[in-house]
Amino acid sequence: MKIVVCIKQVPDTVDVKIDPKTGNLIREGLPVIINPDDKVGIEAALQIKEQMGGTVTVISMGPPQADVALRETLAMGCDEAILVSGREFGGSDTYATSAILAAAIRKFGSYDLIITGRQAIDGDTAQVGPQLGEKLHIPQVSYVEEIKEVAEDHLIVRRQFEDGYHIVKIKTPCLLTAIGELAKPRYMTVDGVVDAYDKEVKIYGFDDLKDDLELDMIGTKGSPTNVYQSFPKQLKAPGKVLKNMSDDEYVAAIMAKLEEKHII
Amino acid sequence: MSNGIFIVVEQRNGKVQNVGLELIGEATRLKADLGDDVYAVLLGYNMAGEVEKLYHYGADKVVLVDSEYLKNYATEPYTKAVTEVVKKFDPEIMLFGASSIGRDLAPRVASRVKTGLVADTTGLRMAKTEEEFTQEANHGCTTPQRALLMTRPAFGGNLLATLMCPRTKPQMATVRPGVMKKLDKDNSRTGELIKLDVEFAPEDMNIEILEAVKAEKKMVDITEAKILVSGGRGVGKDGYPMLKACADELGGEVSSSRANVDDPACEWAKPEMQVGQTGKTVRPDLYLACGISGAIQHVAGMENSDLVISINKNDTAAIFSVSDLGVVGDVKKILPKLTAALKKYNDAKANA
Repeated sequence: MKIVVCIKQVPDTVDVKIDPKTGNLIREGLPVIINPDDKVGIEAALQIKEQMGGTVTVISMGPPQADVALRETLAMGCDEAILVSGREFGGSDTYATSAILAAAIRKFGSYDLIITGRQAIDGDTAQVGPQLGEKLHIPQVSYVEEIKEVAEDHLIVRRQFEDGYHIVKIKTPCLLTAIGELAKPRYMTVDGVVDAYDKEVKIYGFDDLKDDLELDMIGTKGSPTNVYQSFPKQLKAPGKVLKNMSDDEYVAAIMAKLEEKHII
Repeated sequence: MSNGIFIVVEQRNGKVQNVGLELIGEATRLKADLGDDVYAVLLGYNMAGEVEKLYHYGADKVVLVDSEYLKNYATEPYTKAVTEVVKKFDPEIMLFGASSIGRDLAPRVASRVKTGLVADTTGLRMAKTEEEFTQEANHGCTTPQRALLMTRPAFGGNLLATLMCPRTKPQMATVRPGVMKKLDKDNSRTGELIKLDVEFAPEDMNIEILEAVKAEKKMVDITEAKILVSGGRGVGKDGYPMLKACADELGGEVSSSRANVDDPACEWAKPEMQVGQTGKTVRPDLYLACGISGAIQHVAGMENSDLVISINKNDTAAIFSVSDLGVVGDVKKILPKLTAALKKYNDAKANA
């Protein structure tokens, strides 16, 4: 089975700190990682490959340093990696990003299955996967929490809803978006890391894809959504913090507050 | 010219979901500035019984697409139906709940009709100032007076970004459940029903639903609770009984930070109880944060609570900066004492 996994290298937003003086995010020195949902997708793909044979190709659109993330996937056991990178792609929203990824996948060639992560921890949109499915005109199932069966021409998956699930049969070629429950990603092996640096990360630049792109819908200028402004969170004004009191005094203060605000 | 504020109203198992009603409420507020009518788009099978409710909660019109192909959610039939609505009505604005359905459907539709989509918004308003009109026009907007500004958290909840969709229609967004407010139900309100026939073909059902399973046990919906007693790492895997006892005295529900949900040793914290950027957004009357440090991703999910009271043994815990009242101490000792005090209070009230 030919599997393509789309990944994104993201700053580790879980650990980001706010500068107490300016109230702005401290972006310098933030470690970069493979987006967690995407890493789950890699693991799911590798498990399918182990079960039925085939290849796992990883594609990422990003700046040149995304090469590191791609090498990590090679060290996990993926066969091939492609970096889609170019100044012209910068500032793309999800519509433009999915258009560029679709062009890259069409250039890459045939596939049976595409896996993306549900959402990235920096953009948090969960839009690229479904938009990519639409641009490639293939069926999709998102929020996949389990892959129950894989065959050359179809998969059976469990799709999560807030209050239940569906068991869905979907024919290949198709696209799935992965959530955390789907798989626990493996670590890179030492041999894998050594091999990864011998493998080539292919690069697709703007010239490789431009004939297949709606040129007026990529990059900052072309994205149908644009940023008006961004600003750090205005936190709620802090109230009173009581310390060095007895537990009974604390309880009394809480009860007083609950009564004051008509909670009780 | 594009016209109309269209809400794609989520339904599951034949029942309209709260997020759809919240969005209709929000649409009426946008209507106050924009002037366009509020259309509720209802997709499903045998859904006629849910139509009246949509007028009662503020819809001027309901567009009903009723077909057996729409009985259970599947991407392609729903995308086809919404695309037909867009083509027929040319909406100015189209909103979806940012649920697991909305986040599958909206991007597929946006891509198909070639328009912009802003995800997981927590704030919506029409452009009002000269600065806003100018920015819209600079990005190619020909009707800046009808531009929608959409605000959303990004970067794991650490930043807020306001976005525009200046050049394409409809201006589309998904909206976080639990953030917008429903209108009060008004049973006297009526509206206009528009039935839209969409021609489905067998190939539109490009997946096969082998089983559609609704969760057996009644899952608590923490977004509906008026009072939440929330446990973090400081409460831990053994903390459920004390959280529940307090919640029971307050008439509320138990929720959790991500730490307990992710902890394999912790059995009580389920994903549907998780508050935060990757969990749920809640706005209860009281949020009692027990042993929660207050990481930004958590705060993003509860900062709109009316009253926040926190208990943490670390006086530098970030939760205190978003709390109306914080106490520095051992939650495992304080919470049971609080529960006892509440019980005493409730018993006294009952006997008064």
